[in-house]
Amino acid sequence: MSESLSLVGQLLFAGLAIGGVYALVALGIVLIYRATNVVNFAQGEFSMLGAYTLVTLWQGARLDYFAAMALGLAIMAALGLLFELAVYFPLRNRSFLPVIIATIGASIMFQNGALAVFGPSPEKVRPVIEAGGSGGATVGGVFFDYQYLVTLVVTLVLVGLLYLFFEHTLLGKKMQATSQDKDMARLLGIPVALMIALTFIYSSVLGGLSGMLVAPIFFVTHKMGATLGLKAFAATICGGFGDARGAILGGLAMGVIESFGAAYISAIYKDAFAFLVLILFLLVRPQGIFGEKVAEKA
Amino acid sequence: MSEAAPVKTTRRGRLRAVHVAPALAVVAAAALPLLFTSRYSTNLLILGAAWSIATLGLVVVLGYAGQISLAQAAFFGIGAYAVALGTTRGEMNWWLALAAGLAAAAAAGAALGMTTLKLGGHYLAMVTICFQIIYTLVATNWVAVTGGPDGISNIRRPSFVVPLVSAQRYAWFALAALLAVAGAVWWLRDTALGRAMLAVRENELAAQALGVNTQRVKVVAFTLSAAIGALGGAVYASGYLYISPDSFNFDHAVSFLAMALVGGSESVLGSILGAGLLTFLPEWLRELKKMYLVIYGCAIILVIVFMPEGLWGYLRLLGRPFARQAPPPAARRALRVGGRGTAGEEILGVEGLVKHFGGIAAVDGVDFVVRRGEVHALIGPNGSGKTTCINLLSGLYVPTAGRIRFLGRDVAGQRPSRIAGAGMARSFQNLRLFRELTVWKNVLVGAQRGGAGEAETRDRAAAAMAFAGLADRAHERCRNLPYGHQKLVELARAIAGEPELLLLDEPGAGLNQTEKQDLVELLRRLNGMGLTIVLVEHDMSLISRAATVATVLNFGRKIAEGTAEEVLRHPAVVEAYLGNREVALGV
Repeated sequence: MSESLSLVGQLLFAGLAIGGVYALVALGIVLIYRATNVVNFAQGEFSMLGAYTLVTLWQGARLDYFAAMALGLAIMAALGLLFELAVYFPLRNRSFLPVIIATIGASIMFQNGALAVFGPSPEKVRPVIEAGGSGGATVGGVFFDYQYLVTLVVTLVLVGLLYLFFEHTLLGKKMQATSQDKDMARLLGIPVALMIALTFIYSSVLGGLSGMLVAPIFFVTHKMGATLGLKAFAATICGGFGDARGAILGGLAMGVIESFGAAYISAIYKDAFAFLVLILFLLVRPQGIFGEKVAEKA
Repeated sequence: MSEAAPVKTTRRGRLRAVHVAPALAVVAAAALPLLFTSRYSTNLLILGAAWSIATLGLVVVLGYAGQISLAQAAFFGIGAYAVALGTTRGEMNWWLALAAGLAAAAAAGAALGMTTLKLGGHYLAMVTICFQIIYTLVATNWVAVTGGPDGISNIRRPSFVVPLVSAQRYAWFALAALLAVAGAVWWLRDTALGRAMLAVRENELAAQALGVNTQRVKVVAFTLSAAIGALGGAVYASGYLYISPDSFNFDHAVSFLAMALVGGSESVLGSILGAGLLTFLPEWLRELKKMYLVIYGCAIILVIVFMPEGLWGYLRLLGRPFARQAPPPAARRALRVGGRGTAGEEILGVEGLVKHFGGIAAVDGVDFVVRRGEVHALIGPNGSGKTTCINLLSGLYVPTAGRIRFLGRDVAGQRPSRIAGAGMARSFQNLRLFRELTVWKNVLVGAQRGGAGEAETRDRAAAAMAFAGLADRAHERCRNLPYGHQKLVELARAIAGEPELLLLDEPGAGLNQTEKQDLVELLRRLNGMGLTIVLVEHDMSLISRAATVATVLNFGRKIAEGTAEEVLRHPAVVEAYLGNREVALGV
């Protein structure tokens, strides 16, 4: 009895931690969606690139782990800007279809670029907290891996900071205004193009950070971004498109569903659960948990 | 005489282009397997044909209907596995196995299309990716049936008149299949269904308002595209005689997308060109083989940014000096609008119509009757609920309460396409043209209302074009027309379906005085032909010239009705527009 209970606790903890990573990626998707009304299908690749940047700087250039992380995030910021300029900006006045196709193209390019540069063999990264032995602590029959804990804590802290940023700083409010009505924001003197560029920059940083956090848990491969990105996207749909709370809750839920599904139903089809849940949501409640029905104006 | 001569030559020139291209294609298909006889190049030919077929499926769903699909490799795989399993394990006839594969893919395509009926493109992209990934997971892990990662070997080839055992014969077969599919997809574009798909791509709302059942069209597009993909897969499986899940994964779905986009997703020849190019290019650039997906990704972005119509767009530009303008469609009869009943009978009856948005009542219990032969103006200040009313009548909004009787039947809450099909046409306040299509295509979509046959559709469209005086601009793209002409196209498109009732939402907005006078003339002529018109308009002089009857709304309620002249002098109307007289004059 208590054994099965501790298994449940274990699965819940692991699911929440992985879900935290999904939530961070999902948050990046939502922020870009709110600013531009398009979905960035390459958001997951930011995670992959973040993880590989860390690998390169820490293992390749032999930098201090935390210095490598900080420098890596700076590189991700630059990459976010570059991405915006190359993929979104030229298409900003076209319909959403060209933009999503372009982001899909970018995703394929990043993925296979990483494969060509780093090869197919997975890389391993040290955890943030290097404790000797098991790298975690057992409490009440549940093993708390430190990296999982760090991931969860960082997710929660970041979500809190983002909330403060958007609700209590002028820059945050300008960005909100931009996402709600670009023309009005422009008339009020808000530099809309800059706000959108900033959105891409911190979505990229957010993605990069999630990749660095998840790197010690999974191996770093060129495929990790695609998987993360798709699950994060599924999470945003389940949570309610364009809603930050939805992205976070959806991400966490996705992690838990996966963790329990893999344990109790089938481990091989672990990656399919997220998508089955997504399809179920699309059929039953397409607007997601927090979403509202939208009607096109005639 | 001197005028008739050039028309004759242009018609001959057009016929030539139409006939030469297929003939060339047949010759090429016959010659290629004779020119490239090595085992390696024959295999490449078969591969190119199979991939081209799959890409043609994307032409239907993405190029025509404008719906993104990232699951084409899965459908390709379904066809391949059907033939592989059918001919190895099942000892089935090849054609039977193919039929099973097409049916399975079509069913999956229809299901996929249906899940996203109500949802926009992001969801569709996501759902198709999910389907593709789940497909790959199943193909890899369901070892008992699919053979798992090892795949299936010893797949058999079909007989078609003669057994197609040799690679060369099979290459002919594959190219023949490609030609058949290409011909069918090319032909589809000029059918009612194909035009409906283009209309859905360009503007779904306008398509609905013209009587296109957009949901059905999208599902059909998906189903067709999936079946075509499966056919490509079947051709592939029997060409290579061995398949494994690696050939049907997400990377291949992206390849198909890249092929369609690079060549030009809207064009049959273009996408075959794209598929051919991206089949042979990686073989020619051997050193780059590791990088080819990087290049594909790059190419997708570059094509989307710099050449949205793909290579085909450029080729067409090159060919333009040689292309001759087709003659404008000649009207063979006059337009027949309205006039199917007796003047004065009720054509539209509105009772207690209510529409709430959240807590706000945009339309709050409106009654009015439109009688046959009227030009009925619906007027009122901004925000009085006129456009909401039009949207309720045409089915774009579902009423909160109330009844809408059209030609004696209650149509409240019915789909816009059904209401339009019953004979109610409308225009939009902000233009909703199919911008990338020609004027002629726009009007044809309107003309095919109510399942008119092709000949009837063309007659109607030509008559509407002649009526609106647009015949000489028939082959121009709408987005290139000046605003006044665009408004005319919207009108022509609406009347081309020969409706009983025409709803016009601010037809005069943005027109100058001359154009407004022309509009009034047009409306009078239409009305004279028996068409009943409901007119939402702000321009009082236009209303007084065109309308016979008026209903006035304010804050979602009716405040006056009567003949146009009476109503314009009604004190409540004056007050609604100009404010209280005493207050205004400072008395």
